Order: sequence, then C-alpha cells, then structure tokens
Amino acid sequence: MAAPWQGVLKKIDDYRWEIPTSYKQGMTVPGLIFASEAMLSHIWEEQVFQQVANVAFLPGIVRNSLAMPDIHWGYGFPIGGVAATRVKDGVVSPGGVGFDINCGVRLVRTNLTEEEVRAKIERLVNELFLNIPSGVGSEGKIRASEKELDEVMVQGSRWAVEKGYGLAEDIIVTEESGCMKGAKPDKVSSRAKKRGIPQLGTLGSGNHFLEVGVVDELFDRKAARAMGIEEVGQVLLLIHTGSRGFGHQVCTDYVGLLGEAVKRYGISLPDRQLACAPISSPEGEDYLAAMACAANYAWTNRQFILHWARESFIKVFAKSQEELGMRQIYDVCHNIAKIEEYTIDGKKQKLCVHRKGATRAFPAGHPDIPDVYRNIGQPVLIPGDMGRFSYVALGTEAAMQETFGSTCHGAGRVQSRAAARRSLRGVDVARSLAARGITVKTGSMASLAEEASEAYKDVSEVVDITHKAGISLKVAKTRPIGVVKG
Amino acid sequence: MPMDKDFEILDHTADVGIIAYGADLRQAFANAARGLFSLIAELDDVEEVTRQDIELTASDEESLLVAWLNELVYRFDTEGIIFKRFDITRLNNTHLKARGYGEKADSSRHRLKTEVKAATYHMLKVEKNDGFRVQVLFDI
Repeated sequence: MAAPWQGVLKKIDDYRWEIPTSYKQGMTVPGLIFASEAMLSHIWEEQVFQQVANVAFLPGIVRNSLAMPDIHWGYGFPIGGVAATRVKDGVVSPGGVGFDINCGVRLVRTNLTEEEVRAKIERLVNELFLNIPSGVGSEGKIRASEKELDEVMVQGSRWAVEKGYGLAEDIIVTEESGCMKGAKPDKVSSRAKKRGIPQLGTLGSGNHFLEVGVVDELFDRKAARAMGIEEVGQVLLLIHTGSRGFGHQVCTDYVGLLGEAVKRYGISLPDRQLACAPISSPEGEDYLAAMACAANYAWTNRQFILHWARESFIKVFAKSQEELGMRQIYDVCHNIAKIEEYTIDGKKQKLCVHRKGATRAFPAGHPDIPDVYRNIGQPVLIPGDMGRFSYVALGTEAAMQETFGSTCHGAGRVQSRAAARRSLRGVDVARSLAARGITVKTGSMASLAEEASEAYKDVSEVVDITHKAGISLKVAKTRPIGVVKG
Repeated sequence: MPMDKDFEILDHTADVGIIAYGADLRQAFANAARGLFSLIAELDDVEEVTRQDIELTASDEESLLVAWLNELVYRFDTEGIIFKRFDITRLNNTHLKARGYGEKADSSRHRLKTEVKAATYHMLKVEKNDGFRVQVLFDI
C-alpha cells in the first residue's frame, strides 16, 4: 500500500522531504523536513505538515520552512521548527519563539566517575532537590528588587556571577555570553516583571529537569577532549529550564499586541498563534527588545541553578570546586529568534532566525563561538527523555548552508501528556527507572508519568538523522543515573 | 452536545486543551476556567475561602476567552490563587466581568499538578449550536 504522504511529499534523499508550495495556497517557500521514512508516518498522523506549511506563509521567509527530526505538533509553529525571515522586509513572530523564551540546556563536566557518584546518588539527588527550588508554584531564594530585575534583563548571566553565583568562565561558554544585546526593560510589561521576580532561580515543572548523567559512548574523542569530556564513565550534569513565568508573560503580551498589528499591516495568516509584525516596525522592534530581556532572565536563571548544583556536589562529595572540576561545557538556547547573517543567492543578508525547539549549530571558525571551541565547532546539547540517552554534538558548515545554523533540540513527544498519564502511573515510572539504575526525585508523580520514556521518540534516532544529514555531528552520548524533576 | 459534563480534556501531543460547554456563553467561559484549574490542581481539596473580581476587555469573543484564561494564569502565578468556581456577571463580545472563588495554594494540603504557561490562539473556537462550546489549547 502506498504511504499516505506519497504524492504530497517530495523525497530529496533518505533524510530530507520537501513539502512543495503547491501543498497549500499561500505558502511562499517550500517546507523541508529532516526525517527518516520510518518517522514520517507518525509525523503524518499528527498533521504536523500543516504547521510546517503554515509557517511558510510568513512574509519575508527565506528558502524553506524547516522541520528538524524531533518535530511535533505545537501551537502555531511546530516544535522543532526553524524559519528565517529577511530583516529588511520580513516579520518576527513571538509564536516562532514560544512561551518559554530561551528555554535551554546547560552542560557541566566533573572529574567524578560513575562508581563514585553511584555510591552517593540518593544523597546527591535529594540535595539537588532541596537546594534548587522546583515544581508548580515554587518560589526562588533570590528576591530581586524591581531595579535588580531590570539589571537581570539587561546583563543576563553576568548579573548572577557578579553577585557571587558562579564563575566568570561560565559566561564565556554560554551562547551570546549569556547576554543578548538590545534588551529594553521598558518594553516588558509590569505583569511580566511581577511574574518574574519570585520565580528567578527556579527550575519549574513539566519537561524541565536536572540530570546527573554518565558518558556512555564517545564518537569524536578529539572534540570531546576539547570540551573536558575525557572518558566513558565520567559524570556530567545537565540543566534544562528557561525564563519561567517572566518569559511566558512576555510571549502572552506580545502575541496579543502583534495579533492586532497583523490587522494594521494587512498580513494574512492561517493560524492566529502565528501573529507577527514587520521586524522593522515599532511592534516588531519592541518584541525583540522584550524577548532579549526574557532570554537574559533565562540565562541568569540557569546561572543560579548551576551555582546551587555546584554547592550540592561540594557538600555531598566533600570536595572543593577545583577537585570536582565542575566546569561548564556550554549553554544553548532552543527557543529564540536571532538576527544573524547568511549568504543567500550569493549576497550577504541579515535574517531573523526563529528557532522553536531547535538548537543553534555553528561550525568551526564561526566568529560567534568561544575561542576554546573555534577549532572544533559549537557544542550542541540535546537532552533526551529521562530514561534514555542525551547527546553532545557539534555544529557544521552544512547547517550554515541548509538550516540557518540549526539542528534538533531533543527527543520530541509522540504521546500526549494525558495519554501518558492514562497508561502509566508516576510510581510505576519511578520503579521502572529505578530498575534501570536511575534515581528520580520529583515533586509531582503525575508530572513524572507525563515525562516517561514511552511518551517520547527515541532521541538516538533523532540524533542519527541530524548526524547523517550532516547538520550536526555526534560527539558523545550520556545516560542518566539521577534525575530531579519539578 | 454532551450536557452531562462541564468540560473535557483535549489530547494534544505537546500540550493540553480544554473543550468546555454551557447553556450560555457565560457558563461555557466559567467551565473553561474550571477546566484550566483542574489541570493545575486537584480541585476537590480546594476551599472557597477567598474571592476576587476580574474585569477585562478584548477585541473579539475568541480573544476575550484567551485574555480571560491568561488573566487567571497570571493570578495563579503571582498570587497563588487556585480558583474553583466562577460567577460571570457580564459577558459580551469584548467585555467580561466575573468573580472567582477559591483559595491560596498550599503544597501541604493541595495536590498541585502542572504549571500552565499560557492559553494560546491555536485551535481556538467559540461555537454556538444548541448551547455553547468553547475550545482552547494551553502551553504547559
């Protein structure tokens, strides 16, 4: 029997599938999906093609509406979507960034081995859970004043480091050095600020987590060594969270404002959640200035969490920071819009690259990556689900050519939260993780069931596709031994 | 229209939606709000010890539904109020006036479930047949 997408999708090669503009009237560029044939049936069932096609309506979109192999159904934009629009005459869409602005991942190396950490894993996970506020309605230990919050919005990670939360070297190995330029606190509503103040320095709930992982396999030893990943069995720490209620409110505010702007600028859209405004319009500029504030809030948030994680390791292992060797490897954001330069049709052009559940993947030699990685390329951090693997990869020149320097961001859900909750109970998930040697601490058993491995695609399949397609190259694979979930 | 229930959960891969029903639009909006708080906490444990007035405007009926739910998300996030019952006293295409009853969240007594980031415009519907049916998708 012919596959249902035959006649709709054009196969380019084993990992690339095109949605021609004829698929839906109003598309100005084709869609391009990175996926294996085996993945397409699920993508098809979800009708996520529709969302890839809808993004291709955005004024000023260049080349393709892109979908990474971890693509799944979002609201407006698909999750795992990348779209670049011309700064000159294109639009910016808050929905193309998402509510959790600068949701991202920070990876930290240690000198510890699996054996050393396993001996104290219960204590470590409990200590992390106690020291780092998480869960629904949790409030942080940091109570920034309004003036301090303004500083956070402009300075990002540096604000926390200067207050004694972390090391100066952490900032160097953070995307944008932990500070996005162009942030204007007066473009952020008082409502966003009110949501942001109590939540600074919190992990949150849902799919946000801390993962104590062990290096399971090395694919590129030279690159791994440059990142401080020396051998199989070495312990790493991964932090996954974003801009909390602050970013959620910035997005809510601007989806509303830009929904009105759409009418003023006469833009026609197939989905209201794609609300957008010209990048050069006052509305577009204001959104980007507010988005930068939320991005900086998120980097500050991850900086606080890293500091408390270091404190927890120091306490549990009774070793100093130097002895533990807890150096940050890198920090990436996977919900963001950025102004970057690309060569299109032989001409250098400024583009606004929306990465909605996609990771920047710049190649070796790119001026925007820190000196320590200039020769190997930008580290790409891809968390999987809590029962399986996570990956470290590298950005490539192919990504620059094809995907506006972007690759996948995670496993991608295949099962709804409600379906996961119906079929699994949190206690059973905890038990099954324990049987696989993974210690979990969570504030909510329901939330644990929603995030079970069964609800996700296998991240290894996702990463294999981006590797074979050449848009990021595998460096290392890790497996979790301890997880803290909100 | 299933009159036996006030709202139902709409399955979505990444997020969760609510379909709420009502004999009139006020009831459908109130049920959508109850649906929202049923995602955040087990409402059986919540007492009606506090009340708050809410008034807002928006450019059309659908935007009003999103604004209403986002206002409640905001109040939960900033004041920690779990609402379990609503009286909507005024509602037309662009204007809503309501009173919500509930209690401040207390993790020692309340079973908190999920954080809701926002109500979205995706798949948003306000429909009238025999009664009213509204549909909204949340980012959680």
